[in-house]
Amino acid sequence: MDEAIVEVQSLVKMFKGGVRALDGLSLAIEPGGVYGLLGPNGAGKTTLIRVLSTLLPPDGGSARVAGVDVRTDPAGVRARIGLAGQHAAVDEVLSGRENVELVGRLYGLSRRQARQRASQVLERIRLLEAADRQVKTYSGGMRRRLDLAASLVGRPQVLFLDEPTAGLDPASRRDLWGLIGDLVDTGTTVLLTTQYLEEADRLADRIAVIDHGRLVSEGTSDQLKDRVGGAVLEVTVPEVDRDRVLQALRGVGGQDPADDPDRGRIVLPAPDGAATLAEALRRLAAAGVVPEDVALRKPTLDEVFLALTGQLATTPNGNGHNIRRGASRHGQHQGERAAR
Amino acid sequence: MSATTTTPTRQGPLARTVSDVAVITRRNLLRTLRLPEVLVLSASMPVIFILMFTYVFGGAIQGALPPAAAGRYVNWLIPGLLAQFALFGGSGTASGLAEDLAGGVIDRFRSLPMTGSAVLAGRTLSDLVRSAVTLTLMVAVGYGIGFRPQTSVGGLFGALAVGLLFGYAWSWVMALLGLVVRSAEAVQAAVYLVVFPLAFTSSVFVPTQTMPAWLQPFAANQPVTVATNALRSLVLGQGALPPGQTVTGQVALALLWAAAITAIFAPLTVRAYRRTLS
Repeated sequence: MDEAIVEVQSLVKMFKGGVRALDGLSLAIEPGGVYGLLGPNGAGKTTLIRVLSTLLPPDGGSARVAGVDVRTDPAGVRARIGLAGQHAAVDEVLSGRENVELVGRLYGLSRRQARQRASQVLERIRLLEAADRQVKTYSGGMRRRLDLAASLVGRPQVLFLDEPTAGLDPASRRDLWGLIGDLVDTGTTVLLTTQYLEEADRLADRIAVIDHGRLVSEGTSDQLKDRVGGAVLEVTVPEVDRDRVLQALRGVGGQDPADDPDRGRIVLPAPDGAATLAEALRRLAAAGVVPEDVALRKPTLDEVFLALTGQLATTPNGNGHNIRRGASRHGQHQGERAAR
Repeated sequence: MSATTTTPTRQGPLARTVSDVAVITRRNLLRTLRLPEVLVLSASMPVIFILMFTYVFGGAIQGALPPAAAGRYVNWLIPGLLAQFALFGGSGTASGLAEDLAGGVIDRFRSLPMTGSAVLAGRTLSDLVRSAVTLTLMVAVGYGIGFRPQTSVGGLFGALAVGLLFGYAWSWVMALLGLVVRSAEAVQAAVYLVVFPLAFTSSVFVPTQTMPAWLQPFAANQPVTVATNALRSLVLGQGALPPGQTVTGQVALALLWAAAITAIFAPLTVRAYRRTLS
């Protein structure tokens, strides 16, 4: 196993009012690939990125990025990282090329090097054509791409992307996903935060689920799904039979079935897989209900997320390890405010 | 170190700082040039002041002026307004920093391996360049409506230099305001709150001897008066000064103020920048 490129130990960050945005978080990220930080609003994702990119000093614990301690040698860390924050930090009245060259110069490149490097990253990020236009003519997706280009100028060993696709339309989001995926080929380790489960599932090789400044669970997306408890049974029934079915299926998966009226489904955990399915069908038959559809499947990352962070009650309850629930929304919002 | 690390440059730390300051200064000046409407609006304010005070209040004030003004209020007014707008030039510093903070640009700068104070030095230097342009424009407009230096061309250039140094010192105060106040609109109000009371209780518009006795000790000695008197004596000669003051004395005092303000506020501002969380 390679030595970790990002190593976080018992990291603590406090904000005014005693909010512990990071509460003893530990993580080790291996070099290469995309690592996803997943968590609800105010979980501490952005705070972690800000500590790792030396924008905030930690209050406790330690963090090393590319072998360099963020506390004792922040300048050394800055020389090895790239950061693209939540809003595209690009200059509207400068052209795309000027923006990227500016950042290159501030990485210590000479004028000539900065010009060459800017052309390289702009080509890679597919902005070469628009490079000489002022940024105010760019679309939201183009601005994000330019921000990404600027963060790549210094050939970072670790690239931090804080919610890189927040607020983008689906097409621009897919476009950016493709670009982020390509980065991995160059050996850059990407650490990204996201609230989009689809994004983590799609991009991240490994995912850390964070809530209340602590690590809740960590692993590949498949591992996380397994951990939350095998399979999920989904039953689609006519509207009129809904209440009868909910009654009939009570206790089948060890827990009450959950109603998902928006999609006309009833969902329940199926810890015993096919055996649970057989039992459910038997009970439906006994109740005289003919389901429109029945499916046994792995939980979506959505359901894993909800199970792990207890954010919503409309999905099946997980029964794996590391489950915390009853997270108070009030507390989370407080944390979010403080993290800004 | 792996091959993916940024190519280290051969620059020493000092050369690197100078280069960072130059890069930031250039970026700010480019921004100014690309926003011509802001440029025109900010240049029109001093011109309006010159015209308004010369033609509206000039007649009433003329009688109170010393003979050194050669009987023209505009001769008295221009050096004073140069001092006022050198000070006011810092408003761009304050709002520019507040804007960069809000837009996340400062976050990016702070995550780069650059000299942190270069962001502030570049900001104050680019505003110094802007002020130089503004003050030159003011002299030109003044000239058009009858302003004539009574000393020499050297005196005029000396006055511009002292005014710019004085304004540069104040841009550190404005930078601190920008970092502390943050919202671009509130920053404008905060700048007005500093500039206008200081300008109107100084010798910019009228001799301080015409003010009420309780105000005079402050009015006669506050920094804008000191700077105004220095500039005025450089373009109009010793006779423009209150009795007992000399040209060299006032110039030295103005430069001392500039040095003191920079010495106090530059470190405070750098400290605030390092601690700023956005």
